[in-house]
Amino acid sequence: MRYSVASLIANAFSGNRNWTPAWREPEPKSRYDVVIVGGGGHGLATAYYLAREHGIRNVAIVEKGWLGSGNIGRNTTLIRSNYLLPGNEPFYEWSLKLWEGLEQEFNFNAMVSQRGVLNLYHSDAQRDAFTRRGNAMRMHGVDAELLDREGVRRMLPFFDYDNARFPIMGALLQRRGGTVRHDAVAWGYGRGADEMGVDIIQHCEVTGIRVENGRATGVETSRGFIGCDRLALAAAGNSSVVAAMAGLRLPIESHVLQAFVSEGLKPFIDTVVTFGAGHFYISQSDKGGLVFGGDLDGYNSYAQRGNLATVEHVFEAGLAMIPGLSRVKALRSWGGVMDMSMDGSPIIDKTPIPNLYLNCGWCYGGFKATPASGWCFAHLIARDEPHPVAREMRLDRFARGYLIDENGRGAQANLH
Amino acid sequence: MASLIPCPHCGMRPKEEFTIRGAVPDSRPAWGAPIDDPQWFSAVYLRTNPRGRLREHWYHGAGCGRWLIVERDNLSHAVHDVADARARALAGDRT
Ligand SMILES: Cc1cc2nc3c(=O)[nH]c(=O)nc-3n(C[C@H](O)[C@H](O)[C@H](O)COP(=O)(O)OP(=O)(O)OC[C@H]3O[C@@H](n4cnc5c(N)ncnc54)[C@H](O)[C@@H]3O)c2cc1C
Ligand SMILES: [Zn+2]
Repeated sequence: MRYSVASLIANAFSGNRNWTPAWREPEPKSRYDVVIVGGGGHGLATAYYLAREHGIRNVAIVEKGWLGSGNIGRNTTLIRSNYLLPGNEPFYEWSLKLWEGLEQEFNFNAMVSQRGVLNLYHSDAQRDAFTRRGNAMRMHGVDAELLDREGVRRMLPFFDYDNARFPIMGALLQRRGGTVRHDAVAWGYGRGADEMGVDIIQHCEVTGIRVENGRATGVETSRGFIGCDRLALAAAGNSSVVAAMAGLRLPIESHVLQAFVSEGLKPFIDTVVTFGAGHFYISQSDKGGLVFGGDLDGYNSYAQRGNLATVEHVFEAGLAMIPGLSRVKALRSWGGVMDMSMDGSPIIDKTPIPNLYLNCGWCYGGFKATPASGWCFAHLIARDEPHPVAREMRLDRFARGYLIDENGRGAQANLH
Repeated sequence: MASLIPCPHCGMRPKEEFTIRGAVPDSRPAWGAPIDDPQWFSAVYLRTNPRGRLREHWYHGAGCGRWLIVERDNLSHAVHDVADARARALAGDRT
């Protein structure tokens, strides 16, 4: 069913009894051209673009939970393309461009809201670093503006500008950045892929990868063996566990990241802001809740829950930036498991097994990448060659010394 | 993550007193190994990253100041074993 104003009115007048499910719940077939492990944003987008851009429709997505139960439904919904390096920036900008046309294209309201993203700076050195980043963005044709202190104050008057330790001196602003309703991204891609014939197989855990004569021939699952010509892994926080089933060791550690929502408030923050003197960022949802987060908990974890010490740390950083937050009550917090790569940048690549493809290492920034990740991964699987904007995101870059060192931290980024 | 860690030197202590360095490497290049030994790449960049039981190096900064080897479950949060890293090494456990 195509969603439109007409379909909305027709269904309203028939008592909303005639809506059909947005996707089927098929039994797994015995064989597919492509099997994708992981029904998160990246797996779903990959299936969608495989079908739409490359005509490969005999595809299954195998998901151990329900669609959207992973990080795609746990993140803080920020999108932006304010990256620095040639290996990253064109990729994230392509993603932002896809976001801009996504809802019309897959006929689903994902509430894409380009409300702007501000990164605050608090020192001369930080201003210089942001100036460099903004210039790099503009050289790639991406919008970036450097605001001074008064420029920020006009947008956000209630910040602690004169904090003795971390005065706010200005911000790097990307107006085209913003937020997207995260679940709707999973639903929209899932529904679109399903319509083109992709089987979304939920509650089906991959427990083994069958490799015969050096090729992946299928996956063992909790619902039996599923054969395939090509196998694609998009298991996010569980990438190491799934890759180990094919004998691969990855440059990945799994860590927990928490996020928080406050009680509903009247309109307060109409943009996205990141603190430059500690790890804290905030936006406001359409329901009125402040959505905010900070740093990783800082230890290896596969548990989708974090610690109180980190909760306290995030709240303290938030208060340093916006003292008025002290009277806001937090409503909920949760955690998601991140696939932290060794340089903080992702991997979209082939593996030593020729028909096994790998998509992982998204760290805490993979939501914004969802459309481009699906686009480039589908390209790689369909054509067996990397998409130009993802060609530096190689698995062997660590061995070869070509890290994508986004934050300029050197050989061991220790972002985790 | 468990809230209390049984340090072999200090007894039960809150986990905020400790700094976690990360997983005990599965293997390390031999002493004096040349810089292009593939073991270096694997020790620096690759991780087994198991789901479940994991052995880590912890530093008890707000206590005895010793390096420890903590074995814990990163899914259930149970702590199975805490031992002094040097004592382990002297006993022949070189990992
Ligand atoms: C708290 C938090 C805040 C974040 N905020 C942002 C943000 O503001 N902006 C941003 O860009 N990014 C953000 N991220 C990061 C982003 O959410 C992730 O990088 C991204 O969602 C990962 O890709 P995915 O959607 O495919 O992952 P997931 O949705 O986790 O998909 C992976 C799927 O694989 C499945 N799976 C795993 N193992 C198996 C198996 N053996 N068999 C079958 N299926 C399996 C899982 O069940 C899961 O559904 C945040 C993450 C968290 C946790
Ligand atoms: Zn101690």
